Order: sequence, then structure tokens, then C-alpha cells
Amino acid sequence: MAKTILDFEKPIYELEEKLAEMKKVSDNLDIAGEIKIIEDKVETLKESIYKGLTRWQRVQLARHPERPYTLDYIYMMTQNFLELHGDRTFGDDKAIVGGFAKIDDHKVMIIGHQKGRDTKSNLFRNFGMPNPEGYRKALRLMKLAEKFHRPIITMIDTPGAYPGLEAEERGQAEAIARNLLEMSRLKVPIVVVIVGEGASGGALGIGIGDRILMLENTWYSVISPESCSSILWRSWEYKEQAAEALRLTAPDLLEQKVIDRIVPEPLGGAHKDQELAASILKKVLIEELQQLEKIKPEKLVDMRLEKFGKMGAWIE
Amino acid sequence: MSWFKRSKKNFSDDTQKMDLPDGMWMKCPECDEIIHKKQLESNLWTCVKCSYHFRIGSEEYIKVILDEGSFKEINKKMRSADPLEFSDTKKYSLRVNDAIKKTELYDAIRTGTGTINGKEISFGCMDFKFIGGSMGSVVGEKIARLIDKSIKSKIPLVLISSSGGARMMEGVLSLMQMAKTSARLAKLADLGIPYISILTDPTTGGITASYAMLGDVNIAEPKALIGFAGPRVIKQTIGKDLPKGFQTAEFLQEHGFIDRVVSRKELKNTLFTLLEFLN
Ligand SMILES: [Zn+2]
Repeated sequence: MAKTILDFEKPIYELEEKLAEMKKVSDNLDIAGEIKIIEDKVETLKESIYKGLTRWQRVQLARHPERPYTLDYIYMMTQNFLELHGDRTFGDDKAIVGGFAKIDDHKVMIIGHQKGRDTKSNLFRNFGMPNPEGYRKALRLMKLAEKFHRPIITMIDTPGAYPGLEAEERGQAEAIARNLLEMSRLKVPIVVVIVGEGASGGALGIGIGDRILMLENTWYSVISPESCSSILWRSWEYKEQAAEALRLTAPDLLEQKVIDRIVPEPLGGAHKDQELAASILKKVLIEELQQLEKIKPEKLVDMRLEKFGKMGAWIE
Repeated sequence: MSWFKRSKKNFSDDTQKMDLPDGMWMKCPECDEIIHKKQLESNLWTCVKCSYHFRIGSEEYIKVILDEGSFKEINKKMRSADPLEFSDTKKYSLRVNDAIKKTELYDAIRTGTGTINGKEISFGCMDFKFIGGSMGSVVGEKIARLIDKSIKSKIPLVLISSSGGARMMEGVLSLMQMAKTSARLAKLADLGIPYISILTDPTTGGITASYAMLGDVNIAEPKALIGFAGPRVIKQTIGKDLPKGFQTAEFLQEHGFIDRVVSRKELKNTLFTLLEFLN
């Protein structure tokens, strides 16, 4: 796959190209000093660009086509992943994957949205947009985990639940609603991590948990910036403003007390060093599981209810 | 009167209510029947000729469902805090203020207690006219507290939905109200207290995908639009016209998501009968 370079990353790549050229000819010329200067410049430029991202630029990073997806993380972080299929009612939705896995010594159920990487796999995965049977499969697997006392990890990465004709016929709304209710009372620890896009009800449908984490370059909101722009500004042109207005980045959500923790990514995004990104996330997940496993199941459910009960802002 | 010539499609909620000169007459958007307001009210805001259900709000539903004078409102003055200081083409805080002025409501739901033929319930009813009946923190919190009231007083819960979905001007916090209300309903269910959900025109988005679909019994008014995604979005996605009757109350009953389509005139009796079975 050709490298995808986002607009705001171009100055970095241009400088890196120049650096590569200089290195090629450096054998014949005494330019080690100049090379060092350019190298430093690249580093400084990366720091300044990636540390000062706008909200819209974060959205772009969250959608980066080279970013690791749920199954990539599962393969990098866990052993013995045993994928389990189907909702026992209608079929097997490919936009949500799940199964048992071992993460260090923890035997867990791990479930997440799954996007594809090219046209063919994207069609297969429906671009990570689940149908109702996806949510029902997720719930079936979560109840299986509960029955055998296994903690649950869910990974969120979706542009939304699929807005299709058949999705409506099969009860997209009911499937999501049911998950919200049932997840809130599962008697096992649930750790939720947003690894890419967290768009609205389609994300929340597997997003109720005891700890909610967000990777550094992800977004999570009630609507995508594009749709928000089209509804409120009546034009697709205001996505940058919409992203700003929605306050949808990880630091924003930490401030709004919707998430508990931000998981750092390698500089420039998880795709710059997938192994490193996965190892950081793995370490964090293990920490969280260790904490949650100490809490009695009934207490866990009470705390979960209280956690979501506090969310919001009102005047009275 | 040029508005007479408008096609049915052009009748928004507002034009539906557009009065004839003396202010006492309304026109049925379905069959064009001209109906006196008093007559409409005594017919529970359904057309005398074709039984079209006019879109109504909490004030009217309180009359339709609860015993006269029994409604005791709680948390009446709770209002939005504009947590994001959101602004698009207009400041959200101004939108809220304007809506309060225009509707004389504080947000898109009213909650409280009341009786149905003497039987006490906790009762919530959304108002579509308040920013499209959208759910932000206030709607979520008021529902959560209403459920607490049901739990504390051990009385059944009845919620009437009418909403375009979550209130995007409150960002992710509005999304979290879906989680908050659904989690609280889990607690209600664990305690064996009945919850009846009534879906009216329209109920879409985050409301359908949370408490509106979670009733022990889900009831819908005839022909109400009910769905997750809006018809326009679905049409865009599939690139085809939608089949007739798609996403209506009857369609949802046919596909197994609504227990019963009940006309407004039967609503109170149906609720009473149901509550006798559930309680
Ligand atoms: Zn009529």
C-alpha cells in the first residue's frame, strides 16, 4: 500500500526526503555536520507538528489507513486468540470481531469493531459499521465471558452503526439499546478502549465499562464532524469548526470526565510504530485489569452505574 | 390563502398548527379536513375524519393519559449548562434561551408523578418542539431521577418519547445520556418494577437506541416514524427510495420491535390494563 501522508505532515516528509538524498551522497562529500543539523530539524519539526495538532487533524490521524485495527492489536498484544462467530440468531457480522484471548496471565474476552484496509476487505468488514447482529454477537460473547468469570476488553473503532434498510428491519436501535442496558449490569470487569474512531451510538453500543480509555490520537463524540457540519451549518465545508465545537479528542473527553485515561501513542500516531503502540496499550490494559479484578462483582456494577450516572452538566 | 395549495410534504410541525383567521380552526395534514380546536382536543388531537394523530407535547399527553389534576412535576426548572460553550451558526446558549421563551418549557422533557385511573406511576413526556426533542444532559438526568423515583416509591414507569435523537450541541455528554438512562433502567428491571415505553412521532436516533426501545412493553402510536437512522440518511446510504411504510410504527410491530400499535384514544385504557398485569 502506498504511504498515506496527511496534509499537515508534508513538511516532515519533504525534509526527510532531503535528508535521505543528502545521506546518499554523503560518502563522497564531507557533509556530516549538515546532515546532523537537518536531522535535528526533522525531530523539532515532528515535535512541533504532532504536539500541536488541531482537533480536525486528530480526527484525520484516527482515520489513518495505516493505523492498527482491532485484530492487529489483538495479534500483537495477546496469545491464543480464539475468534468466535455469530449472534446465534441471524448471522455473523464481520464489522465486529470477538473471542477469548490471553493477555499476559489474564484470560479475557476481547471484542472490537473491525475495519478493512483495502476496498475488498473494507467491503467484507462493511467499513467497520456493524449491523444489529454485530451488537448481538458482542452481547452474546460478553454474556459468555460473564458466565465463566472472564473480564471483557472492548476496542472501539467505527464511523458509526450501519444506517441501512436491513439494519433498521432487524432493529439496529434495539440492538444498541439492549447492549447499553445489559453491559451496565455485567458482573465482570469491562475495560473499553477507543483505538480509532468513536462515532456515536455505534461506538457506545460496545462502550459501557468500568474504565474507559482513549488512545492519544482518537476521537469520540455524538456525531462525526462532517455530519455535524452538514446538519448545523447546512454544508459539508465546516468540518474543522465542527470538530473544534464538538470537543472530541482524548484530552477533551478527559476534561469532560467521560474517559478515565489517555493511552500515549508513538510520535506521529500508532501507525508509525505499531509494535510500540500495542506494547504501550498492553501494559495499560494489564494495569487496569489488575485493579478491576480486586473489586467484588456487585460493587463493580454499582460503581459502573454511578460512573455513568454522574456524566452530564446541568443547572438547577 | 396560498398555504392551502401547498402539498402535504410542505407541512412542517408549525404549518400544521397554522390557524385559520379566527385562530380556532386547524387543518388535518392527512385528509385536509378543517377541524375546530375544541373538537380536536375532545378527540385527543386526532383527526375526526381520518384519525390522523397530530403531533402533541407533554401538556397534551398529561391530559390524554393521567387523571385530571394528578400530575405533580419534579425537577421542573432544570436547564442546560452548555458544557462545551458550543456555537455553530448560533450560540447554543441562545438556542436554549430562545426555546425556553418560545415553548415555555425548560428542556425537552417533563417528568413527575401522576395517576392512571387512580394507579400511581412516574411519568415522563418529551416535547419535540424543544430543540427537536433532543436529549442532552437535562433530559438524561431528569429521566435518571424519574427512574429513581420509581425505585424509591415502587411505582411503574411510563415514558413517552418524541425526539430527533441526542443533542449534538452537548457533544459526547449527550451521547453518555443514552448510557446513563439505560444503566438506570437495568437497575429498575433488576428490582422488578415495570417500565412501559410509548413511542410517538417521531422517535429516532439515540432515543430509540436507548430507553425508548427498552420497555417491558413497547407501545407506539399509529404511523409514528420510529427508527435508528433517519430516512434521509438511509436513502443516501442505499441510493434507492425507501419502501412505503418503512420505519412506521406498524413496520416496527411487523418486524418484532413494538409490542402493540395503540391509537391515542385507547392509550390510557391500554396502559391501565397493562399495569394491572405488570404490577
Ligand atoms: Zn384527517
